[in-house]
Order: sequence, then C-alpha cells, then structure tokens
Amino acid sequence: MTLASTTAPVASRAWLRPGPFALTLPALLLLTLLFMLPLVRLFSLSFTGGFGWYEKALTGGLYTVILYRTFEIAGIVTFFSFVIGYPVAFLLATTTPKWRAIGFAFVMLPLWTSVLVRTYAWMVLLGRNGIINRMLIDSGLLDTPLSLLNSRLAVILGMVHVMLPFMILPIYSALTRIDPDLPTAARGLGASALRILTTIYLPLSLRGIVAGVTLVFVVSLGFYITPALLGGGKVMMYAMVIEQQVREFLAWNFAGALSVILLAVTLVMFWLLNQGVARHLRD
Amino acid sequence: MSNDRASTSPQQSGRLQVDAASKRFGHVAALSDVSLSVAAGEFVTILGPSGSGKTTLLKVIAGFEIADQGRVLIDQADITELDPAQRNIGMVFQNYALFPHMSVARNIAYPLAMRGTPKAEIATRVKQALDMVELGGMAERLPKQLSGGQQQRVALARATVFQPRLLLLDEPFGALDRKLREQMQIEVRRLQRRLGLTTLFITHDQEEALVMSDRIAVMDKGRVLQVGPPNEIYEAPANPFVADFIGESNIFAGVVEADGGNLLRVRLEQGPVIEVAGRADLAAHRGQRVRVMVRPERFVDLAADQNSVWANRIDGRVTDSAYIGVSDKYRVVTAEGIDVLMRLPSGPSSRRYSAGEAIAAGFHAADARLIAVQ
Repeated sequence: MTLASTTAPVASRAWLRPGPFALTLPALLLLTLLFMLPLVRLFSLSFTGGFGWYEKALTGGLYTVILYRTFEIAGIVTFFSFVIGYPVAFLLATTTPKWRAIGFAFVMLPLWTSVLVRTYAWMVLLGRNGIINRMLIDSGLLDTPLSLLNSRLAVILGMVHVMLPFMILPIYSALTRIDPDLPTAARGLGASALRILTTIYLPLSLRGIVAGVTLVFVVSLGFYITPALLGGGKVMMYAMVIEQQVREFLAWNFAGALSVILLAVTLVMFWLLNQGVARHLRD
Repeated sequence: MSNDRASTSPQQSGRLQVDAASKRFGHVAALSDVSLSVAAGEFVTILGPSGSGKTTLLKVIAGFEIADQGRVLIDQADITELDPAQRNIGMVFQNYALFPHMSVARNIAYPLAMRGTPKAEIATRVKQALDMVELGGMAERLPKQLSGGQQQRVALARATVFQPRLLLLDEPFGALDRKLREQMQIEVRRLQRRLGLTTLFITHDQEEALVMSDRIAVMDKGRVLQVGPPNEIYEAPANPFVADFIGESNIFAGVVEADGGNLLRVRLEQGPVIEVAGRADLAAHRGQRVRVMVRPERFVDLAADQNSVWANRIDGRVTDSAYIGVSDKYRVVTAEGIDVLMRLPSGPSSRRYSAGEAIAAGFHAADARLIAVQ
C-alpha cells in the first residue's frame, strides 16, 4: 500500500517528463517542414509523365558529361584540400598552445566569412586587372595578363579555399586523440619521420581523414556559388545546371530529376566511403 | 654469471656512461651535473620522487631530449646527439605505448621492420619473443583485447626483440595491481638476466627498487645523491634525503661531545647522549651539529633481552601501537620528549605493548648512522 502511494506520483511525473524523442521533436518538425516536404515535392515532380525526365538527364550527352565533370572537380578539390589540410591539421595538433590559437584563428576566420565575400575576394585576386596579374606584369615577368578568372583553375582554387576548414577540423580532432607517446615510441624503435607518419599518424587519424574527405567531396558535388562566380559560366557544375533549368526554363520537372540524381549519387558516395572505413576498422 | 650471459645472448649488451649531464627547462634545472655508469648486463634503478629529474635523465639517454651539457656514451661511443632511431635502445613506457591499430605480432615486429629485417626472420624472431613472454596464442590480438599484465609483456617483447644495447623501463608497473606487480618484477628481472641486458629502471617506489636492483641511484632535484647496492642504500644512506626517502627512519639532531676513534658521543637536542659509529667518509668533530638516523627495526625490547650490553637505551611510553603482521610498530615518547618509531618482532614469544605502557629499548652504536654534519 505504502509502496503504491509513494511510487504513483513519481510514475505520473515520469510520464510528463519529456523523453529523448520528445526533445528532438522541434528539430524534427522544422526539418520535415522546410527540408523533407520540398524534397518530396521535387521528387514527385520529377516523376510526372513517367521516367521521361530521367531518360533525358541520363542519356543526353551534355548532362552526363556535366555530372562526370562535377565528380572530377569535386575529386580534385578533395585531393588538394587533403594535401594542404593534413599538414595544417598536423601542425595545429602538435604545436604549442599559443601557436595553436593563432593557427586556429586563421583556419576559422574564413569559415565565419560569407562564401560570397570570399569568392569575390578571389575575383579581385585573379581578375585581368587583379592583384596577381598586375604583380606579374609590373615585375616584368609577363607582357599580357593571364586569364586566370573564369577557368577551371579559378573554380578549384576558390573551392579548395572554402572547403579547407572542413578537411582540417575532423583531421585535427583525430590527431589530438593520438597518445603522444606513440610517435615517441616509434622513433625510439627505429622509425624515421616518414615511417612515423605512414605507420602511426596516418592510420590512427584515418577516421578524421575519411570524415574530412566525405564532407569536402559531398559538399563539393553540390557546390554552386563559387563555381558560378569564378567559372563565369564556362565551368558548369551540376548544381548550376539545376539552377539554370529552374530559373531560365522554369523546367521544374527536369530540375527535379537532376536533383534526385545528384542526391542519389551523393548518398551512394557517402555510403561507399563509410563502408570502406567500417571494413577497415573491423579488420 | 657473465659467461652464462655471453652464451645465451648473441650480442653483448652495452655499457652505459652518463658524463656530467645537465638539462634546463626555462629556469628549472631538471638535471644538474648527473654522472652515472651502468656496467654491461647490470640492472640499475633510478629512484626518486616525481620531479626529481629521473624521467628527464631517461629521455636524455633515449635521445628524446638532448642534454645542454655533458655526454652520454654507450661502449665508449658518444651518442649524446644521435637521433633516437639510431641509438638501438629499447624502452618500455609508463602506459606501454603499444600501437593500438596493430596486432600484438605487428607491434613486436615493428622495430625489426623499421630496420629492414627480412620477412622470414621477422616471423621467427617475433615468435621467439612471444614465446619468451608466454603470449604464444595472442599474436593476432589487438592490444586493447589484452589485460594490463599482458600488454606489459608485449611492450617488453617489443623493446627487446631487436637486441638493443640498453633497455629503459619508465615506471612500467604503475598501472598494475600489487600482486601482478610483484609477479612482473620477478619476470622482468628473470628476462633481463637471461638476455644479459643492461637495464635502467625508473621508479618512485623504493620497495620495488630494493627488490629488483643490482644498484640503485637515488635522485632528488636533478641530482644523483647516492649510488650503491640496495643494502648499502638502506643501511648506509649518505644523507638525510636518502635516509628519509628509503624505508622508515628516526632522524635525531644533536651536537658531537666526543669524537674518539670511530665512535662519536652525540648529545641530542633534547638532552640524552647516544653513541654513534663514526664514518670514514664523513668526519664529525667535537662541537659540530650532526644528524643521526636509526631504522625502526634496529631497536631491541630490553624486557626480552636483559643479558646483552647496549650502547644506547631509550626509556619511554608507548603512544601508538599497530600490529603489522611480521612486526609490531610502536610510537614511543621519552621523558625528554623524543619521538621514536620502533618495529619490534611480533610472535608468541614477544611481548606486545599497548598505548600508555612503559617500554625500554636498546640499540647499538653501529645501528646509529651519521647522515649529516653541519
């Protein structure tokens, strides 16, 4: 009797207490309304009239070429982000606290600046009358300016710049979790600096590398602003084609099909990268 | 003994010599003028409290730090500034530092692979090393799948598989429970003897140092205070720090009243006069202030021994008593107010005292060790 009378109020209060699911409800609602619903709408639009729009997207040479080029650019951007980002992350993880703070400021500052601003900054640098061309001409190295802007190089430069923090941060986080005695032990056991990198740091920061690579690659696949501005319409990426279809041709159905293809391909890439890691970590 | 070593070890271990090494971090002197030599095949322990510089000394020897002054030599060859990878020194870290992404076998193979040893030879040597530390069936496990004691053995196998000229052990038993610790102490010593490995062992545990070492070097504040075999360190500490740090001790302060021959008469601050054995290496003259140490177990209960003649006699009252098993531990205060810690043998034949009881104890002049003269 006493037991029942004391536990009953507790039980009723527990019922009122929000569970973990209830706590995620606001975010879930927001995502459903603003993200899932438009996606479902786009999805259904793309299927009006059967698979016709998909046929057009996947067989028309132009669109598959652009899809391929988008992959290529995303791949190149990911590669350079890694090649530049890993050493930066490594320095941040191994330097003194003072230099780490300074380094982090330089990594994070661009992240807090609008992508648009950063892209315009690259336009100022790369333009025909931009700083780089002027320096080259003034120093007598060139007679006529290089056409740096509106090129694949400009797009890749700009995208690498924007994506670098997304590569650096997960790798940095993985590197700081490595016990500093491990590289020391490896050194004492006869490993050269290069062998310490390949046998200790790289395998032990693999999780961070995969997270960074996935993030940069997946985001690069759908990149719009930077390639649009720095490529000047000469370098087409998939997101730009989608935008063009909506804005210029009001072809919502076709744009829907292209979006679904991009999303599907992105998800497959995401899954593949994660599978690779999962298998490696199991071994 | 040394013949035995030579026959079991294909490559004789090295003789280590640290010559007047100094190392500063900012304005902290981590090492001041440290000299130490370890003979080939010898097991020497560096004993000291944390911050005494023992880990810095180890790093200077291993090459992870470079001494500001002084030299490190192995078999007469100067390695002071040689890269750690070139030194051929095996080291076991405090937390073992096993590579978590490599199997036990790959961990042990690591130093061999770094030296470009052929694959077939690596396989046989790893197998031998695994058998040596009795982990034959564990080759493919990951370090995290092993117990603390097993990880310890892997670390030991990895540090010795490449036949280093010197083995360094940095407080390797800190994480183990007492029983495993004692077992590992014996195992490490057996392995070290079998391989004839020159070994430098670091610990802050004085008991461990006494049990394991051929010789002990006691360090404090970046200096080596005394080097000697365990019994010498315990029985004949050179100074108050060593006396206090190793084992339990009573330290009395007083003034020399007479310094005839190798016997001193010292008047303690509190009044009584005791007889103290003189020291050839530490002269004390009439009128000098001295400090004298007596180990608690050197007292003999006079109620149980009325025949012998005792140079020194303590009469007091028990204030605390504790039963330790092998002995009874008493805190005794004399009429003059001298505080004395005593350990008297326990057992059916000896009397037990409780707090408040009067007690009389004696000790020989030889048991009173002169540790400081001012």
